[in-house]
Amino acid sequence: MRAAAQTIVALGAVITFGIAGCSSGGGGDSSQVLAAEAGPISMRRLTGEQYTRSIHDVLGDHITVPGRIDPDDRREGLLAVGSTFVSVSASGFEKYEAAATVIAEQALDGAHRATLVPCEPASTSGSSEVCAREFVQVIGHRLFRRPLTDAELGLRVSIANDSADELSDFYAGLQLSLASLLISPHFLFQIETAEPDPANPSRFRLTGGSLASRMSYLLLNTTPDDELLDAAENGSLVETEGLSAQVDRLIESSGIDIGLRAFFSDLYEFKQFDDGIVRKDSQLFPAYSQAVADDAKEQTLLTIATHLTAGGDARDLFTTRDTFLSRTLGLVYQVLVTEEEGFEARTFEDSSPRAGILSHISLMALYSHPGRASATLRGKFVREVLLCQDVPTPPANVDFTIDEETLGQIRTARERLEAHVGNEACAGCHTLMDPIGLAFENFDAIGAFRVQENGATIDASGEIDGVRFEDAIGLGQALRDHPALGPCLVKSIFRYAVGREPTLNEEPFLESLQARFASSGYEVPNLLRELVMSEGFRTTSGPRDAAEGGEQ
Amino acid sequence: MKLFNRRTLLRGTMAGGAVSMGLPLLDLFLNDNGTALAQGQALPVRFGVWFWGCGMNPHRWTPSTVGQGYELPIELQPLDRVLPDGSNVKDLVSILSGFDVKLDGRPNHPHTAGLIGVAAGSAPDLANTYTGPTLDSLVARQIGGTTRFRSIEMSATGNANRPYSYDSVDTSNAPEVSPLALYTRVFGPDFADPNDANFTPDPRLMLRQSVLSAVKEDRDQLNRILGTHDQQRLDQYFTSVRQLEQQIEVLLSGPPDLASCMKAPEPGAENIGSEVEQSVPTNQAMAEILSFALACDQTRVFSMMFSFPASSLRHTGGATAQHQLTHDELLDPAVGYQPQAGEFILVSMGAWADFIERLAAIPEGDGTLLDTCLGFAHSDVSEAKQHGVVKIPMMMAGRASGKVKPGVHVAGATDTTSRAGLTIQQVMGLNVESWGTDSMQTSQAISEILV
Repeated sequence: MRAAAQTIVALGAVITFGIAGCSSGGGGDSSQVLAAEAGPISMRRLTGEQYTRSIHDVLGDHITVPGRIDPDDRREGLLAVGSTFVSVSASGFEKYEAAATVIAEQALDGAHRATLVPCEPASTSGSSEVCAREFVQVIGHRLFRRPLTDAELGLRVSIANDSADELSDFYAGLQLSLASLLISPHFLFQIETAEPDPANPSRFRLTGGSLASRMSYLLLNTTPDDELLDAAENGSLVETEGLSAQVDRLIESSGIDIGLRAFFSDLYEFKQFDDGIVRKDSQLFPAYSQAVADDAKEQTLLTIATHLTAGGDARDLFTTRDTFLSRTLGLVYQVLVTEEEGFEARTFEDSSPRAGILSHISLMALYSHPGRASATLRGKFVREVLLCQDVPTPPANVDFTIDEETLGQIRTARERLEAHVGNEACAGCHTLMDPIGLAFENFDAIGAFRVQENGATIDASGEIDGVRFEDAIGLGQALRDHPALGPCLVKSIFRYAVGREPTLNEEPFLESLQARFASSGYEVPNLLRELVMSEGFRTTSGPRDAAEGGEQ
Repeated sequence: MKLFNRRTLLRGTMAGGAVSMGLPLLDLFLNDNGTALAQGQALPVRFGVWFWGCGMNPHRWTPSTVGQGYELPIELQPLDRVLPDGSNVKDLVSILSGFDVKLDGRPNHPHTAGLIGVAAGSAPDLANTYTGPTLDSLVARQIGGTTRFRSIEMSATGNANRPYSYDSVDTSNAPEVSPLALYTRVFGPDFADPNDANFTPDPRLMLRQSVLSAVKEDRDQLNRILGTHDQQRLDQYFTSVRQLEQQIEVLLSGPPDLASCMKAPEPGAENIGSEVEQSVPTNQAMAEILSFALACDQTRVFSMMFSFPASSLRHTGGATAQHQLTHDELLDPAVGYQPQAGEFILVSMGAWADFIERLAAIPEGDGTLLDTCLGFAHSDVSEAKQHGVVKIPMMMAGRASGKVKPGVHVAGATDTTSRAGLTIQQVMGLNVESWGTDSMQTSQAISEILV
């Protein structure tokens, strides 16, 4: 299997543009579908957020979904990649089952059953087969993202009937039936399947249902809606024209805002805010609270989503002074916010030390320790996440303690890190991270501005890959213009979309996607459209083998 | 498929209220009254791991003599604690010093090579990639199959995303980080209180079984379309389904019938985080709930991650966490260690003593709960500032129902840490002759602590 795939690589490495149906919307040359020699598909566990959004979309927004079910697994820097590897542990399943019970009770409680159940039962004090069947069919279709088989349907109807008779309550029966759908692997996992492509039977394409799920979770981070499922089931979605219509519809919908937020939250590890683990020492940083953390995350996501949905150049996220502030954040930014509730659009003044999302409280607090800022963590974030460059792990068996004879009193992070760099074993990696991270030293562990540390004036100047800068604003500009920034974003979005690292075969495809992104002005909605329409998204080498590890 | 194989039984309980039950599947565990684990049966043997990060200073932690009757060096002195019954924690613990994780040319991934080496018997090729199941999981496979919970995982610094326990390379067991959540999971509404005179099984338990049965029907159809990578993950999923079925069967069998079983007291207000002022009380609160859970045979296997490898422990108001201190703090040449970083070692040893004290506080049979336990404590490194994986500190507590003797110092003399792992497996009844890979493979248990 692997050997065969390798042979095809050589042929597939040539980029070709297929002829495809024209469509409205999207980028200028969207009629050309990018070819690819695509990698494996898999079974992907819904992330916590996907699980919650799917429940809300199918069963109702009123439902409180229990938190902390089974933690998502982050691999290669993305929960989306971890979803291809994580299974369900014993304690995780215990919690999924408990959550299913609580969710089913809320979905079918007295106040909400009328909107969810499409029929009147013959009796509410016992089983009512016809109505139970209709309910399971409709809700099961949405939850499994495909029609239920007769066997699946029959089994769930039996549970509903038997339980309703046992408990003398039709809706209690439906609850148990619904719970059994909610703990099924068909709901908890996106199970990607492929079929031979009729146009080219030697290769596989995703089935319509798999394509619907893949694009819905990518673009909206939730389960496919009825229209998308219809397109999958009537065969139009696997055709270029039908797919084009649906991708335009989703990208132009308000849900794209949620999809963009979900991607950047995953990439930047904002889930740590949701998990309440971006903690700061309350004595050292009394201004910090969970409310600050929540608003800080929202500020950055709102800035990103607003900029990108308006067609902004993605690179400008690192230089823009436009943002949104709440009163809570105003206290840390030392800016007066008039809006009492929520956020107001604001532009950091020219005299402000802030520009670009890297100067936001969110990223500065996240890439810091609880008690102090960390130039190393911040530099590592820029290298690995924004530029897709590897920073080697620290070497083995070296003495990491600072050689006390070379030092006077250490006051600033720069002095402390220069001590590391004086140590040869440490220098190799620290010189990759520290000169970047030190640019942010004017922002402390909660992102508040400071001029001094321990009485010494902070020097935030430095250099990144040959470009000198004076401070964080200068670094933002250098990053915006860095040749690796755009390609790295494309690679990250691709990894997020397919839930794995690119295979070697996919590198040429990625390069052409990166070129298109650049020529279209770095507009992310266009990139998403190109990606979904491409063979890299719609075709596959087949199911993943156990031997294929997490890396290329 | 039969949806309700206990249908008639269920009808009986609903019509008649409280009755005693006899469930065919559970005859094995039941006494004549059909309530629960029979009195007079040997008490269960329990196993658990207690992990702390960033190691110790070998010259301040290692006893100077081997065998029994050693003096506690400075960093072990928190174990010198007299308990209410007159015993001393130090006599309930054995010290295993001088055992190494062998890298065999693999990189020393800082803080994870040692952790994974000790816990899984083989150092990792890739950072943060487990090489196999951790010891608690291996033991749980052997003895976790009859209790309500196969194992209970805990973490004292408030981050559930960093587990200690792994069943396989891809499946970890997320820890409880909140004492209240742990309490609710074990002693919440599902728990049948042994002090309630009348036991009425909840009819919904059996309906939940039918829900689980339905899910199992999906298996064959899925396996036909999945690749081998996903088939393995699906197997894990169904193993977890089976575990929950087991849990429900235990609940249906009625309240535990162990003399020492009592419902745990509800934990007080909690304050979760990585400050010592938070993690030490969290460790204590969880140890208390766990001790009651063990006494009620809700589980026989546990793990506690007191602090992470590369420990994030910090004092309230302290700018720098333990791990960062081990990198940044100057070595005091007069004493040969880092004073501030070193203080967290004392905190960790004190927390280990707290844990032991709690298990020893429950009387059971002729002794205490601890006597039936084998507790295994270890760290990720020896000297943190060098990420040393030689001389990784390990300890054993308890007697494993008479199979192990505490109060012994064993010097490993560069032997592999796998000897501890092998000893644990053999004591807990696993049929293994050797454990570990490459230079970490061993067939030699640590006989000095065996009875």
